Amino acid sequence: MKSCEYQQIDPRALSVSPLSAQSHPQTKAQRPRRKWEVFPGKNRFFCNGRIILSRQSGVLPLTLGLIVITCGLFFAFDCPFLVEHLTVFIPVIGGALFVFVILSLFRTSFTDPGILPRATPDEAADIERQIDSSGSSSYRPPPRTKEILINQQVVKLKYCFTCKMFRPPRTSHCSLCDNCVERFDHHCPWVGNCVGKRNYRFFYSFIISLSFLTSFIFGCVITHLTLRCHAGKSLIQAIQESPLVICFFSVWSILGLSGFHTYLVASNLTTNEDIKGSWSSKRGAEDSGNPYTYNGIIKNCCATLCGPMPPSLIDRRGFVPPDEAAAAACTSEIELPPFTAKNDTNMCTQSTKDVLERMLHSSDFHGVCPAGPPKTSPLGLEASDSLGAARAPSMCSRRADSPCTTCARSRKDSLHSINPAFRLASPSPSLPRVNLALSDTQEKGFIPLP
Amino acid sequence: MRPQAAIASKVFIQRDYTSGTMCQFQTKLPSELEARIDKQQFEETVRTLNNLYAEAEKLGSQSFIEGCLACLTAYTVFLCMETHYEKVLKKIAKFIQEQNDKIYAPRGLLLTDPIERGLRVIEVTIFEDRSLTR
Repeated sequence: MKSCEYQQIDPRALSVSPLSAQSHPQTKAQRPRRKWEVFPGKNRFFCNGRIILSRQSGVLPLTLGLIVITCGLFFAFDCPFLVEHLTVFIPVIGGALFVFVILSLFRTSFTDPGILPRATPDEAADIERQIDSSGSSSYRPPPRTKEILINQQVVKLKYCFTCKMFRPPRTSHCSLCDNCVERFDHHCPWVGNCVGKRNYRFFYSFIISLSFLTSFIFGCVITHLTLRCHAGKSLIQAIQESPLVICFFSVWSILGLSGFHTYLVASNLTTNEDIKGSWSSKRGAEDSGNPYTYNGIIKNCCATLCGPMPPSLIDRRGFVPPDEAAAAACTSEIELPPFTAKNDTNMCTQSTKDVLERMLHSSDFHGVCPAGPPKTSPLGLEASDSLGAARAPSMCSRRADSPCTTCARSRKDSLHSINPAFRLASPSPSLPRVNLALSDTQEKGFIPLP
Repeated sequence: MRPQAAIASKVFIQRDYTSGTMCQFQTKLPSELEARIDKQQFEETVRTLNNLYAEAEKLGSQSFIEGCLACLTAYTVFLCMETHYEKVLKKIAKFIQEQNDKIYAPRGLLLTDPIERGLRVIEVTIFEDRSLTR
């Protein structure tokens, strides 16, 4: 047994757990659970999955409090004076900006930033099989990067050990939320959520509108104080009552942040990429330009801010299929044993049958209907009557009228002759177009990069 | 009695990132499916899917107007309106259902809608079909 920092997925572990048999009758009695209830990331859900927030909500209450107090002071003390001396539109504009800021803030905080659901056990095992193509029984850590070409530029894809998949380009794993987020910008504590593909436009409109709001309030306060001075009234008292101090400090930082993000939007970069200098020309390489840019400021802005709104990939309010819930509960409770030698075929065959039966049950609910409730018929093959006579023989290796046990036995025989479940009858060739770049062995441990 | 088919294996069609982060899938037929389905047909299915996803993510005037309208209404319009992307996703779901019924199910295969796998892969489930060998 080799010691390893990383537990490879053992398909047998998905079925051999003793808890599965016990929990089956229990799960049947439980009500169907929604997917947000079993979500593996560090998130909090409200309104039965409609609202998603990071578990570390950071200083979101403080952000809200600051905005509300500042605007409250403005409306209470500056507006009456300015309405009297200038125009009634001042509180109207202030009110409109305030509403826009609060709505953008809520939209940023409560929207799924573009979380990638974790790989299913089948997918993860498939990736592992591709990586471990030598087939040796000795364990070695899988290569952590994969190089691909994007717009004629080499980009390295990293393997995420938590989500068990190669991260798509521009995706990063947020260690605070424990999720891979697409087009990861940063985790914003002020907003209490990650900023990613789906909520970047909300975040940007939040900071832009907040800049306008704070500049507007700052301007109004200065005007108010100036007018008071001219009128000869008490200056000190006016300063004490107005939100000058909060505004003064926040306006510069927010303006700075807005300017920075405007630059990012115009060059189609993320904060993550900018900080790491991924596409910086200082690197010295000839072709290290940003491969995602559209080479035009307007087009970059349109793409980032006015592009199509991608859907949420984590189906929060969908129902968890009962068998998946049982499997998920078992795998999370038991420790996956390290991957042992593959030539123990007897054990493999028995567990293979269990795995296939489990997969068959899970496919009843899972792989059939892409949208809407799962159909009651077990397989899509049955769903359409147009198949007719071809249906019955395809279901079972014998005739449809044979008892199922005969089917099961013949299935087991055929399985024994093929191979354990996650090896295919024909050995999978290494995909020529994917160059698996073996990482250097300098780093022994894996440090999840945000 | 509910007839059951054994799942022999699953094949995953990975994403193709050569043109950026747009949702595109690799059109090459995996070797495990070579015996089951015609290469042209499979490539045609994946190419149509790619075109549908490209249509969903297109930076056209419609998405631009939708984006501007959403911004002006402080993004509250999304609460009552279905986005263009979601409309295309429904089209994709219908297309996959059709393909499964007409082409893949008779060959003992089942395509899973990529949206159920987080748009990472197209999962093709291969069922045992010893009875189909003639």
